[in-house]
Amino acid sequence: MLDRTSGSLLEISDLQAWYGESHILHGATLHVNAGEVVTLLGRNGAGKTTTLKSVMGIVGKRTGSVRFEGRELINASSNAIARAGIAFCPEERGIFASLDVEENLMLPPQVRAGGLSREQIFDLFPNLRERLRSQGTKLSGGEQQMLAIGRILRTGARLLLLDEPTEGLAPVIIQQIGNTIRKLKEQGFTILLVEQNFRFASTVADRYYIMEHGKIVEQFANSELSKKLDTLHEYLGV
Amino acid sequence: MIFDLLGVPPQALFGQLLLGLINGSFYALLSLGLAVIFGMLNIINFAHGAQYMLGAFCAYFLLQFAGINYWLALIIAPIVVGAFGIVLERLFLKHLYKLDHLYGLLLTFGIALILEGIFRRYFGSSGIPYSPPQLLTGGYNLGFMYLPKYRAWVVICSLTVCLLTWFMIEKTRLGAYLRAATENPTLVRAFGINVPRMITLTYGFGVGLAALAGVMAAPIYNVSPQMGASLIIVVFAVVVIGGMGSIMGAIVTGFSLGIIEGLTKVFFPQASNTVIFVIMVIVLLTRPAGLFGRTT
Ligand SMILES: Nc1ncnc2c1ncn2[C@@H]1O[C@H](COP(=O)(O)OP(=O)(O)OP(=O)(O)O)[C@@H](O)[C@H]1O
Ligand SMILES: [Mg+2]
Repeated sequence: MLDRTSGSLLEISDLQAWYGESHILHGATLHVNAGEVVTLLGRNGAGKTTTLKSVMGIVGKRTGSVRFEGRELINASSNAIARAGIAFCPEERGIFASLDVEENLMLPPQVRAGGLSREQIFDLFPNLRERLRSQGTKLSGGEQQMLAIGRILRTGARLLLLDEPTEGLAPVIIQQIGNTIRKLKEQGFTILLVEQNFRFASTVADRYYIMEHGKIVEQFANSELSKKLDTLHEYLGV
Repeated sequence: MIFDLLGVPPQALFGQLLLGLINGSFYALLSLGLAVIFGMLNIINFAHGAQYMLGAFCAYFLLQFAGINYWLALIIAPIVVGAFGIVLERLFLKHLYKLDHLYGLLLTFGIALILEGIFRRYFGSSGIPYSPPQLLTGGYNLGFMYLPKYRAWVVICSLTVCLLTWFMIEKTRLGAYLRAATENPTLVRAFGINVPRMITLTYGFGVGLAALAGVMAAPIYNVSPQMGASLIIVVFAVVVIGGMGSIMGAIVTGFSLGIIEGLTKVFFPQASNTVIFVIMVIVLLTRPAGLFGRTT
């Protein structure tokens, strides 16, 4: 059966997820086409992070369907999901204190050919080059975010899950991250971006989903943005 | 000479120093294994002494029943006992990671009691002698002391293994995986690394280190079912002093405490059996996380 989403790089349907007893996702359905930047918006606690974690297989329990390149991953282990070609940049960045910057950068193993080289990563984030010997967590917040994004670009994964990469950062750094996301898109990366910063998202996204109480409640393309501002205000309270 | 001033003959001083260094070699190897296991599995491996004893018995069996010599036992025993550790991890330990430390401690303590009980049943409590290899019999007369070859070998071998382990953990890519997985196993796994398998192999490695120490100990202390039980108490004190989870801390503390114990035998023999525990109390009162431990 052919439907509108078939052929998408990532297809999530009726995704349910739990942390222990608490039921967080109640049937989320969304898709990301190859080469797109798709932004997932929603209030605090709506389930955005949980959606990304469910794709990566790091929540307590999940049901429904997560297909990547047509392959079902709902029961796969998180290491197998990463090996399938999906890379995750967590909200808390996850820089390792016991590793220096270089070790942090080189940590994620290559899962496919075609990742960025070290030099290409340093071109995107020149700050990292100077700090290779520093302890990972000694970097500034912005530098840690660059490291967290930079290290997953090496792996060859073509789908990047970025969880609030601009959270708590200064405007110039946010701009740099925006530029990076646009460059990555030009290079053919597909990105599922979680954001609270709607103005930032509007500078990079092709499409949007709005999540509330663990469900997708609205979706629209960037071209429809001006028409949807009221809806957005309603859902996000911005 | 300064030794004469202190009223201690140099022979006695260096003799005890060497003895301290030998004990320190075992403290270091064993506390290193405990630190590696604790770092990765979050389990206090109370079976470590029994696994050390298994290493020694394994060397004895290899020689007795297969004619396999010390040098090969040095390699085979850690692999065999390490594989046994891997089975234990897969069957039992892996169910405990999310629980309190106490559960791992009780389980491994139980395993130690069972193993030691079985060996006592069949081998009694008198030790079985195991001769050092031909190549390492005899010794050197250094003038101020006599240095048995085998003991020199034990110190060098232990130091080498300790430093190689340190290098592997702190300086290699594999070590970076281990350190990262100690901090945040979920994220490391989400990068595509099979963390559960890494945990299993780490336990096997830590147990293998204990078995290696056991083989090295066989020619010095005899092979006996209790050889681990008596040693492990001191080793736990060493680990408490050094701080759980620090690799270099385990090595440095192990050797230093062996030497301190040796020197105490010379200068204040009455305290030689308790000095490590006294130091442990002082460290616990002043730096509860241990000398090299991180306070978080
Ligand atoms: N580890 C956890 N255990 C139990 N409940 C959790 C856990 N993590 C998140 N939750 C709950 O799940 C719900 C969704 O959380 P989630 O982190 O997915 O929200 P979010 O949309 O990413 O929010 P934010 O914008 O604040 O990051 C929240 O109610 C949260 O309290
Ligand atoms: Mg979140």
